[in-house]
Amino acid sequence: MALKHVNAVVVGSGAGGGVVAKELATAGLSVVLLERGKSYSAADCRKDDLRNQRTTVLGNAFGPDDERNPRVLVDEKGRERIVLASEGGYSNNAACVGGGTFSYGAMAWRFMEQDFRMKSIYGAVEGSTLEDWPITYFDLEPYYEKAEWEMGVSGDDSGNPFKAPRRKPLPMPPLPPNREFEILEPAAKRLGLHPFHIPMLRNSVPYNGRGACMRCRWCVGFACEVDARTGTHNSVIPMALATGNCELRTECMVSEVMVDDHGRARGVVYFDENDRRQEQTADLIIICCGAIESARLLLNSKSKLFPNGLGNRYDWVGRNLQGHTYSGAVGLFDFDTYDDVGPGAQIAICDYNHGNPGLVGGAMLANEFIRLPYHVVNYAPAYVPSWGLAHKEWMRNAFKRTIVVIGPTQEIPIFDARVQVDPKVKDHWGIPVARLSGGKHPHTMEIAHAMTQKAEAWLKEAGARRTWRRQPSPGLSGGQHQAGTCRMGNDPKTSVVDKYCRIHDVDNVYVVDGGVHVTNGGFNPVLTILAIAYYASDNLIKTWKNTKGRV
Amino acid sequence: MSTGRKTVKRRKFLKIGLAASASGLLISCGRTGGGPHWRFFTEEEARTVDAICEQIIPADDFPGASQAGVVNFIDLQLTRHYKKHRAAYRKGVANVEAVSRETFGKRFTELEPQQQIEVLTTIEEKDPAFFALIRNHTMQGYYGDPRHGGNREWVSWKMLALASPPVRGRARLDKESRVS
Ligand SMILES: Cc1cc2nc3c(=O)[nH]c(=O)nc-3n(C[C@H](O)[C@H](O)[C@H](O)COP(=O)(O)OP(=O)(O)OC[C@H]3O[C@@H](n4cnc5c(N)ncnc54)[C@H](O)[C@@H]3O)c2cc1C
Ligand code: SF4
Repeated sequence: MALKHVNAVVVGSGAGGGVVAKELATAGLSVVLLERGKSYSAADCRKDDLRNQRTTVLGNAFGPDDERNPRVLVDEKGRERIVLASEGGYSNNAACVGGGTFSYGAMAWRFMEQDFRMKSIYGAVEGSTLEDWPITYFDLEPYYEKAEWEMGVSGDDSGNPFKAPRRKPLPMPPLPPNREFEILEPAAKRLGLHPFHIPMLRNSVPYNGRGACMRCRWCVGFACEVDARTGTHNSVIPMALATGNCELRTECMVSEVMVDDHGRARGVVYFDENDRRQEQTADLIIICCGAIESARLLLNSKSKLFPNGLGNRYDWVGRNLQGHTYSGAVGLFDFDTYDDVGPGAQIAICDYNHGNPGLVGGAMLANEFIRLPYHVVNYAPAYVPSWGLAHKEWMRNAFKRTIVVIGPTQEIPIFDARVQVDPKVKDHWGIPVARLSGGKHPHTMEIAHAMTQKAEAWLKEAGARRTWRRQPSPGLSGGQHQAGTCRMGNDPKTSVVDKYCRIHDVDNVYVVDGGVHVTNGGFNPVLTILAIAYYASDNLIKTWKNTKGRV
Repeated sequence: MSTGRKTVKRRKFLKIGLAASASGLLISCGRTGGGPHWRFFTEEEARTVDAICEQIIPADDFPGASQAGVVNFIDLQLTRHYKKHRAAYRKGVANVEAVSRETFGKRFTELEPQQQIEVLTTIEEKDPAFFALIRNHTMQGYYGDPRHGGNREWVSWKMLALASPPVRGRARLDKESRVS
């Protein structure tokens, strides 16, 4: 039986998809929200340190599962292998209602003005596709604010002189400082830096009908058992459903966007929870699968007019895959730094995001989230053997006495870091899987190394007896902060979507997720994804009303 | 009415399910080893793995990998998430025995601790993939959550003086009330 036609089908219920579904449903459109994963709740906090969304040695807690969702990874030497969803190299984020926002750390950063104009500020970089965004910080500012107030962000960035202008402060105060904050703050000030409280999508006081954070040690990677951490699953998606205009269907794996012979999309094909093939027709199709899966879905949507995939006329879909190159250092102290007060990450500086001599960008630096014992195992410095009594003694001495300062180095995009669809390997449903290949621009590594030195200097000033750098990895990026694969731009020849997130070639298909980022800032990306989703929805609704539904 | 019936049915189903899985543990579970105690390892393999793990995390004033039940963690995971590593263990453990015999003419479990360390140092160099595997699994079994078969009675968390069993988080908010 054919499914009822709707105004909009939104594919993926993560950061981007959750917001779009809510905005469209609130504007009165009928919406179907399709999510390949399951729905979880606060009760799913299993406190399992070996199986969560951050430490996945025994599997991903919030999807996707290893059995049905392989990918192919091609390494720098051109060797290819199949990777499972919980293995390193897969570049996973999540598969569940809320997507990454269900179990993330919830840092809620606005990008800086410069982050949207990287090429104008720094000039072209050889071997890179570095480019300005077609929109500026000021186009997004009202939508950053909307995300902060509608979803709820706590923190205090008034001490950050580098931040872009904001009209309104954050709606909630920061959580009181933990011990690491108290140790790092005066040290940063002595160095002439400007420390402040990290903005977080986490209730520090009751907000939106949910309680405040109780400061446990099971935060990033876990479900929040008191629902104090905010994701789309406990904010905008319930709002969407409450309108009565939105239907959420879980365990629905979308395989293709159907395009007719006139170049108009008709809807999507998906496999439901019983693996039955379904067709959902809609006036609008909004793809929000995360950077890698959105590219895969477009590439798998081949039609007469678009034989190489939707939006891919000029071979830009899947290109410029980027994430963040995490760079930082560990400090060992003579006293306890661990106070068992979650979420752990609390203090940041933006002194090194821009204006570093000779470097194109930089990174925000912050203290790391709480470390459970197994995390610390591989934090040992090079002079400590990786096994035997010496390692055990090190664990005993260091577990409560380290501080980690680390930051997401902004990456210099390259054309050859990319998502393709594999010609041979298919997933459980018979859909060609994502094939990831490419590496990093050498300058990304230079910036990352510079950031490790800054982190180390901060820890030294804070009184660390010993410090050592965490060497950034030179391999392909993506993962939790994946972005860039469906670049936003004015020129259809060098981008995939226009400045309103609409695919250049097709009037009624949009991509709204990290994929549209031209560059990914030196910040965790989610607030920018949420802001873009509010912004794109605003335009979608205006267009919808102007054309009375005939977009 | 109808819900009541459903509940009964479900209970019955659960019971059967439990019985089946309990017997599964004892009898089958894709067993390739012998002996009554292990799911994947043979008795001899288990003893060797136990000894290897104990060198990776030896006992001192605090329990080592052996007392923490790390071999149980590995054996259990080899029937679950680590099924894919079965062949690597079969081969890797045999290789440890081979190096042990070549170097000292004895089984690994019969060697002095210093000799065991020597053998493992050779393995680390010559068979780095297997060494990394068992080293990481030992760390997981020792420092990870006991629900997975290791870290018996939270020995490692006790060593690290991390309250165990893990307390629920709590609102320990204001600075003044904190005991330093
Ligand atoms: C442990 C962890 C910690 C993190 N910490 C932070 C942080 O502190 N701050 C921050 O800014 N970011 C953080 N992130 C990253 C953040 O979660 C992501 O940037 C964000 O969720 C990306 O949003 P998105 O809309 O692009 O995609 P996602 O949130 O990944 O949503 C995509 C959704 O689409 C679904 N989907 C994909 N393909 C299909 C298909 N074919 N059919 C149907 N559904 C599909 C997926 O299952 C998923 O639910 C963290 C992530 C993780 C996992
Ligand atoms: S630290 Fe706070 S927000 Fe994080 S999981 Fe615990 S209670 Fe929830």
